[in-house]
Amino acid sequence: MPPLSILIWLPALCGVVGAIIPSLLKVGARTTETSAETGAASADEPGASGSAWSTSGILALIGSVVALGLSIGYIADFHSGGPALQHVTDIVWISTLGIHYKLGVSGLNVFLVGLTTLLFAAAVLASNLRSWERPKLFYFHFMLAESAVLGAFLAQDLALFVAFFDLMLIPFYFLIGGWGREPDRVKATIKLVIYTLVGSLLMLAAAIATGVLASEQGGGHITFVLTSLQALPLSKGSQEWIFLFFAAAFLVKMPAFPLHGWMPDGYRAMPIEVLMVFSGVLSKVGAYGFLAIVLPLFPQAAAHFQVLMLLIALASIIYGSALAFTQTDARLVAGYSSVAQLGFITLGIFALNPQGAQGALLQMVNHGLVVAPLFFIILLLSRRAGGSEDIREMGGIAFRAPVLASLFLIVALATLAMPGSSNFVGEFLILLGVFKAKLAIAVIAFSGVVMASVYALRLFIGAMHNRVGPKVKSRDITVRDGLVLVPLVAVILFLALYPQFALHRSESSVKTAVASAHLALTPLSPQSTASITP
Amino acid sequence: MTLLATATLKGPHVDFAGLSPLIALLGGAAIVLLVGLLSSKWARAQLVPALSLAVLAAALGLTIWQWGEEKSILAGALRIDDLALVLNMILIAGGAATVLLAWRSRAAESTAHGEWHALLLTSIGGMFLLASAQNTVLVFLGLELLSIPLYVLCATGYSKRGQHQERSLESGLKYLIIGSVGSATLLYGLALIYGATGATDFSAIDSALSTGNLATDPLTLTGIALCVAGLCFKASVAPFHQWTPDVYEGAPTPVTAFMAVATKVAALGVFLRLFDVAFINAQTSWAPAVAVLATITILVGNVGALGQSSLKRMLAYSSVAQAGYMLAGVVVATKLGVQATVFYLAVYVAMNMASFAVIVARERETTLGDSVDAVAGIGRDRPWLAWPMTISLLGLAGIPATAGFIGKFYLIDAAVSGGYTWLGVAIVVGSMISLGYYLPVIAAIWMREAPAGAGQPSSSSSTASAPTPKAGALPALAGGSPELDSDAGPLGVDPSVTVGAPVQPHAPETTGPQPEVLFVAVLAGAATLFFGIIPQPLFNLVTHAGGALSGLF
Repeated sequence: MPPLSILIWLPALCGVVGAIIPSLLKVGARTTETSAETGAASADEPGASGSAWSTSGILALIGSVVALGLSIGYIADFHSGGPALQHVTDIVWISTLGIHYKLGVSGLNVFLVGLTTLLFAAAVLASNLRSWERPKLFYFHFMLAESAVLGAFLAQDLALFVAFFDLMLIPFYFLIGGWGREPDRVKATIKLVIYTLVGSLLMLAAAIATGVLASEQGGGHITFVLTSLQALPLSKGSQEWIFLFFAAAFLVKMPAFPLHGWMPDGYRAMPIEVLMVFSGVLSKVGAYGFLAIVLPLFPQAAAHFQVLMLLIALASIIYGSALAFTQTDARLVAGYSSVAQLGFITLGIFALNPQGAQGALLQMVNHGLVVAPLFFIILLLSRRAGGSEDIREMGGIAFRAPVLASLFLIVALATLAMPGSSNFVGEFLILLGVFKAKLAIAVIAFSGVVMASVYALRLFIGAMHNRVGPKVKSRDITVRDGLVLVPLVAVILFLALYPQFALHRSESSVKTAVASAHLALTPLSPQSTASITP
Repeated sequence: MTLLATATLKGPHVDFAGLSPLIALLGGAAIVLLVGLLSSKWARAQLVPALSLAVLAAALGLTIWQWGEEKSILAGALRIDDLALVLNMILIAGGAATVLLAWRSRAAESTAHGEWHALLLTSIGGMFLLASAQNTVLVFLGLELLSIPLYVLCATGYSKRGQHQERSLESGLKYLIIGSVGSATLLYGLALIYGATGATDFSAIDSALSTGNLATDPLTLTGIALCVAGLCFKASVAPFHQWTPDVYEGAPTPVTAFMAVATKVAALGVFLRLFDVAFINAQTSWAPAVAVLATITILVGNVGALGQSSLKRMLAYSSVAQAGYMLAGVVVATKLGVQATVFYLAVYVAMNMASFAVIVARERETTLGDSVDAVAGIGRDRPWLAWPMTISLLGLAGIPATAGFIGKFYLIDAAVSGGYTWLGVAIVVGSMISLGYYLPVIAAIWMREAPAGAGQPSSSSSTASAPTPKAGALPALAGGSPELDSDAGPLGVDPSVTVGAPVQPHAPETTGPQPEVLFVAVLAGAATLFFGIIPQPLFNLVTHAGGALSGLF
């Protein structure tokens, strides 16, 4: 396999090339619309949908598809033998600061990398189906975002991870602010970026403190390489405040219940193609950070704050579910359901045992696979409902659009974790893990499973069945839209039939990741619950 | 008689090689001043700035020539070491960028080019002195040599008719008064230090403070406190920063850019010299106080910048905050701290210059002056201005892939290693607040339409209400050359005023292309990006600089 750097930087390179070269060929004939809003409106009518294939869009598509191919290669090439890193690239980036450019594939990130490339390829394809104002810049930012997210997943150096983690927000800032929906796109994007960067910057300070304190512990040269840091555990007191800083960054990103304030505005303003990857992938970086960085580096703090984190997760599940079945904006239904789903993932991670963590990892992939097609379906539905994304104005489409309805049904059933779906396996493992750790929390969390079926079915019924909405024009999915949707649904079905595919490959890495936290938990178990109350 | 003869022979040995960068600057200033007296317009408007650049290039060459020479010259009054030389290089970079930004500026023209550039070079000379001073008398001398030309430069007005001149005069006067208070405070502090230790040499002060309990003596501590206050005036550290926004806003933009970067470099340089060499033994006394000052500065600067509609005021407050970040490197008094400060100073110059260059360009192109509206919508049609400004603002906010991120990383690293973890946290809290004012500007650049009043770069649509045959025809002909500017002076400029249209306080200065401003913006933006991705060359440079202060860990 080629080095990981190619996978990371290829999308960005395609974006840069697409931005620089003059648009020589214009495949699409109609490029009359200039603004994104009118472009979106024109796409409502099948006859007038001017899919202006811009050069930069095609280049972006090529880049993201090649990246997808590479990541499939890494999955196929993955040896599920042990937790060791594979395909390691290790170059000293800044020797003075001990920062390495170290990348590696492990059982923790291999499927998330696959998910990222898949969703980006689907989203870029979806973006190519309509014309954008200033397409060169749009695809440049889009591709830069893919590179940054891949970098965050693959980084095996704490400072590098933080750099990618912060960097990936910037393209989204431009994407939302430049191509988002009025009226509040600029306000929403500034709110989103400040919210998430506040967490990230706290993490920056915490990460530097980790490196410095660990090097003082070891008495050696400062380093940020994860494996070296793991060998130099910090004192419990330092771990605790550093843990809180990291948790702030990751919980905002997910988003978890009290820190989700940016989510509704941000989701409403985002172009839906961008939202597909934002909701599908970026939230996973936070969860991945807990699993790959926080648990191995700060095991004692993780054990110390276990109950707090479980309660935050529980609150997210209940709050997210409750709002998901009261919202009428389809985007926000999906958005709040993500809050609930991410709550489940957090729950699994902080069960601090292998079952919970494995369930969480599987659920991260599942949720990404489900939420991206869900948003795309919302886009299709709103085009059929005269541009409205309100559930009350949709409805009655299923009869005339059987293919779309069946695809949507598969996605909706996966969302509610129907037995037989991979989401069911994920949630089952999570709850099993929590059951072993904290019985009472697991019992309450079960209610979240029930609520998921309520909001998922409510969305499905409201959009597809019921009375035909006032402005609804039913028609089935087009082949081009099907090209985006069908592969995603196919992967959902594949994982539903064979979840072992992912579980088996990630098992040893997950066990290693939670081992020290699990160990820290066991002897302290009686006290850790008591010492939670501040 | 014989006594007198021996006395005159006893002058110190002068190492002219070590002194050569300073001599080049001050000699060059004299030449520039004289060339500025030539009657030819071309000589004044073109030759003078070119000569100034040549002088700076010569100073740079001599600085590089002296590289690696660790020596004290002039009887130990100056020290030519890598710290001084690195600071010199940063100062030269800032000075050269200023000369380029001022090339077409009316500020230089209204003062006569020669004087303006001579003042600028003299001021840089003062900064050179500060960067290598080893003696409290020289610190004061350098500070005054730096400040007095700056007082004048601040007041070099913008246009003979515009209201800008008054603001510029006000700015200069304000700076003069407050700067003098700062200088006086510092002088008083240095006098008290002399009283306590009986020495003016840094090394002598250091050894005096290391013996007995002099380091905790009230006289010494009062002296140190007054020195802190005096230098804080110069570095615009809160609560001594109040002059900064007003002066920055009122001064001509090239001068503002120069003040923002070069003065800060010099002030932080002397902070490093004075506190990490002379007062190092009293570190336990002054470090917590300076750390608190740094925290206050970070908060005050960042909060003050929120909601500013004038870009220069915003960058003024931002520079206050950045001074707070950099003080963290002084506080810890370690080699790592010195390196982090010098590193940040270098990237700070690049980041600020990019922004100021864009402001200069837009001030000349539009009628909106330095307001945020002036840069609104430039992402659409002026990518070569939009990208440098975006990169520079992201860098100032500390976003990865810019040098600002590495710089902040280094400073926090130094703070945590030096036992000031909370100061590191203060830096990131400051960065968070700073997003609240950097991001809206970036949003204006990329996500807003250009306001209707903004003039287009190609022709003077800003004054379209009035017939402007001259201004409209000439740019295509002469490309915004200074001849155009002066010819347009009596006739073409501000036709709106004569016609009776609403008076525009910021009339566009030039409508032609400004390659040198663009060059500064692109170069500084590219440097910000480059050192964010490949910072190692800069690290190698500052490692030498940190090694120069041998008394530190």
